[in-house]
Amino acid sequence: MMNQIVQGILLGGYYALIACGLSFMFSVMRIINLAHGSLAILSAFALWLLASRFHISPFLGLVIVLPLMAVIGWALQRFLLERSARGGALLPILTTFGLAIVIDNVLFEQFGADTRSLAPFIGSLSYDSWEWPGSIYVGKLAVIIFVAAVVLLGGLQLFLTHTGLGRSIRATSEDPDTAGLVGVDARRANTIAAAIAMVTVGLAGAFLGMRATFDPYAGATQLLFAFEAAVIGGAGSLWGTLIGGIVLALAQTLGATVHPQGFLIGGHVAFLIVLFIRLYTSGLGLRGLLGLAAGKAS
Amino acid sequence: MSATVIERGTAASRIAGIGVAAIILLLAIAPQFLSAGAVDRVTALFIYVILAAMWNALAGFGGLVSVGQQVFFGLGAYFAIRLANAGLNPFVSLFVSAIIVGAISWPISLFMLRLKNGEFAIGMWVIAALTHLLVNLDRLIQGETGTSLISLNVYDASTRRMTIYWLALASMTALLAILFGLLRGSTGAAIRAIRDNEDAAASVGVRVTGTKRLLFVLAAFGIGVAGALWLATSITFQPKTYFNVQWTAYMIFMVLVGGIGTFEGAILGALLFFLIETWFGGTGVWYLIGLGATALAFSLLLPRGLWGTLEERFGWRLLPVGYRVRLPINASDTTGASPAQATTSREKA
Repeated sequence: MMNQIVQGILLGGYYALIACGLSFMFSVMRIINLAHGSLAILSAFALWLLASRFHISPFLGLVIVLPLMAVIGWALQRFLLERSARGGALLPILTTFGLAIVIDNVLFEQFGADTRSLAPFIGSLSYDSWEWPGSIYVGKLAVIIFVAAVVLLGGLQLFLTHTGLGRSIRATSEDPDTAGLVGVDARRANTIAAAIAMVTVGLAGAFLGMRATFDPYAGATQLLFAFEAAVIGGAGSLWGTLIGGIVLALAQTLGATVHPQGFLIGGHVAFLIVLFIRLYTSGLGLRGLLGLAAGKAS
Repeated sequence: MSATVIERGTAASRIAGIGVAAIILLLAIAPQFLSAGAVDRVTALFIYVILAAMWNALAGFGGLVSVGQQVFFGLGAYFAIRLANAGLNPFVSLFVSAIIVGAISWPISLFMLRLKNGEFAIGMWVIAALTHLLVNLDRLIQGETGTSLISLNVYDASTRRMTIYWLALASMTALLAILFGLLRGSTGAAIRAIRDNEDAAASVGVRVTGTKRLLFVLAAFGIGVAGALWLATSITFQPKTYFNVQWTAYMIFMVLVGGIGTFEGAILGALLFFLIETWFGGTGVWYLIGLGATALAFSLLLPRGLWGTLEERFGWRLLPVGYRVRLPINASDTTGASPAQATTSREKA
C-alpha cells in the first residue's frame, strides 16, 4: 500500500510537468491550448527519431529538441493564437483543436500506428531502482522526473517573481492593456510565455517517452491529464499544479486497485469530484483557472 | 417620415421556403431511383446534417464550444443497443435512446454549464472519456470488442435500408424544424443576444443559463438521434468508434467551413463535408490532415465560414431566423435595402 502511494506521488510529478505549461499559458493568455498533448507527443517522436536514426541519447537530444519547442511556441503564439484570440474566446479553441488533428495525423503518416518508447535508448535507467526503507522500490527515472518537475516549477516561480521579464509576463496576465500603458510589451511577453510553455511541454514529452510508450494519437490523453491536474491544483500557484498532479496520480492508483480498468476512471472521477466541490462550495477557489465571474452562475 | 419596416423574410427566403419543401419531398421519393449504395450514402449525409446543425446550435448560437459531443453520439448508440437487447423494437429503441440521452444531458448541463470557454470544451472531453470507459465495463458491450444491433437482422436488407433512410430524413427535417422554430421565436432572440454578448444579454434580462441549457439538451438529443441512426446503418457497435473525438472534429469542420452561427451554414458545411468525404475519404490519413488544416485555415482566415461571409457580403437570407430592420434612408432605392442598411435587430429578449 505504502509502495503504491509512493509510486503515485512520483507519477504526480510527471502530471505536474505536463500540466504546468497548460496552466501557465492559460494564466497568461487565457487560452487553453488543445494541441498541448499532441505537441508533447511531437517532442517525444522528435527525440525518438534522433535516438533511433542518429544514435543521439534522449537526454542529449533535449539540447536540440527543447530550443525547437521554444521556436514552435513562438510561432504558435505569433501566427495562430494571437490572430485567433482577436476573434473572441471561442476561436482559439477551434484553432488549437484543428492544429491537434493536423499534428496527430501527420505523426501517424510519418511514424505509423506502432507504439514507441524512449526506454531502449536510456540504458538501465529505465528499470534501475533504489530500495527505500520498508522494502519500497522506487525507479530512478521516476525520481528524476519528480525532481525535474519540482525544479522546473520552482524555477518558473522564481523567474516570474524575481526577473523583469517574469514581472512583465505577470503584468500582462493581470491586465494586458494596463500593462501596455506602463510600457510592457504585451505581445513580447505573451510570445515568451508561449515559448517557455512549449519548452515544458517538450520536457514532459521526453519523460513520457522514457517512462512509458506513446503513439501518434496519445496526445489527447496527455491533454486530459494536464487539464485535470491543472484544475485539481487550481492555477493560483505553480505548486498547486504539483499537488493537482499528485492527487490525480493517487486517484488513478486507487482506481486501479479497485478495478483492473479503473486507472483512468479513478483519475476522471477525482477530477469531477474536485470540480464539483469547488464549484458548489466557494466558486472562488477556481477563479484563476475557471474565470467564474460572480453572479454569472445563476 | 416614412415608417421603418421590420422584415422577417425576403423574397428570396419565401422562394427558399418552397424550395426546401420541394427538396424534402424529392428526398422522400428519391430511394425509388437510387441504388442501394447511394441510399446508404444519402442516409449518412442526413446524419451529418443533424450533427452539424446540433453542434452549431450549441457553439454558434449558445457560445458553447464542446469537444466532447461524441459522448452523446456514443450514448445514443449504446442505449439503443441496451433497449433493443431488453426486447424493444430496434427502430423504436433508436428514438427512446435519444430521449434518454437528452434526459441524461440535463444533469450534466447543471454542472458543465458553470464552466466557461476552454474549460467547458475540455471538461466535456473528460465526460466523454469517462463515459467511454464506463460503457466498456458493461458486459453486454464486451469492452472494445463491441457488439451488434442483432435484432435489426429480422428485417430484410432492403426494408431495413429504406426504413433507416426515411427515419434519418424525418429526424433531420424534424430537428432542423425545431431548431428553426426555436431560433425564430422569442427564445431565438435571446439565443442570438447571448451569442453576440452574454453580459449585455444578461443585463437586459435574458435568462442566459436557462437558454444555454435548452440548447445543450437539444444538441444532446439531436446528436443522440444521430448516434442511434449511425448504429442502425452500421449495425456494429464498437465503443472506440462511437466515442471517438473524430466525430466532434467532423462537427467542427462542417460548422466552421459552412459558417458558424448561421442556420444555413451548418447545412452547407455538412453538404461540403459529405462531398469531400466521398471524393477524398479513400486517401486515409491525408484526408484527416486536410480536414484539420482546413478547419485551422477557416478559423484563422475566414472565421465566419462560407455562408457567413456570403451572407455578410450579399445580404442573403434563405432561411431567416432573425429580424431585419429596413431604414427608409434611400427612398429612391427601389431595389430594396442594400445589405449595409439591413441589420439584424437583437433587441428583443
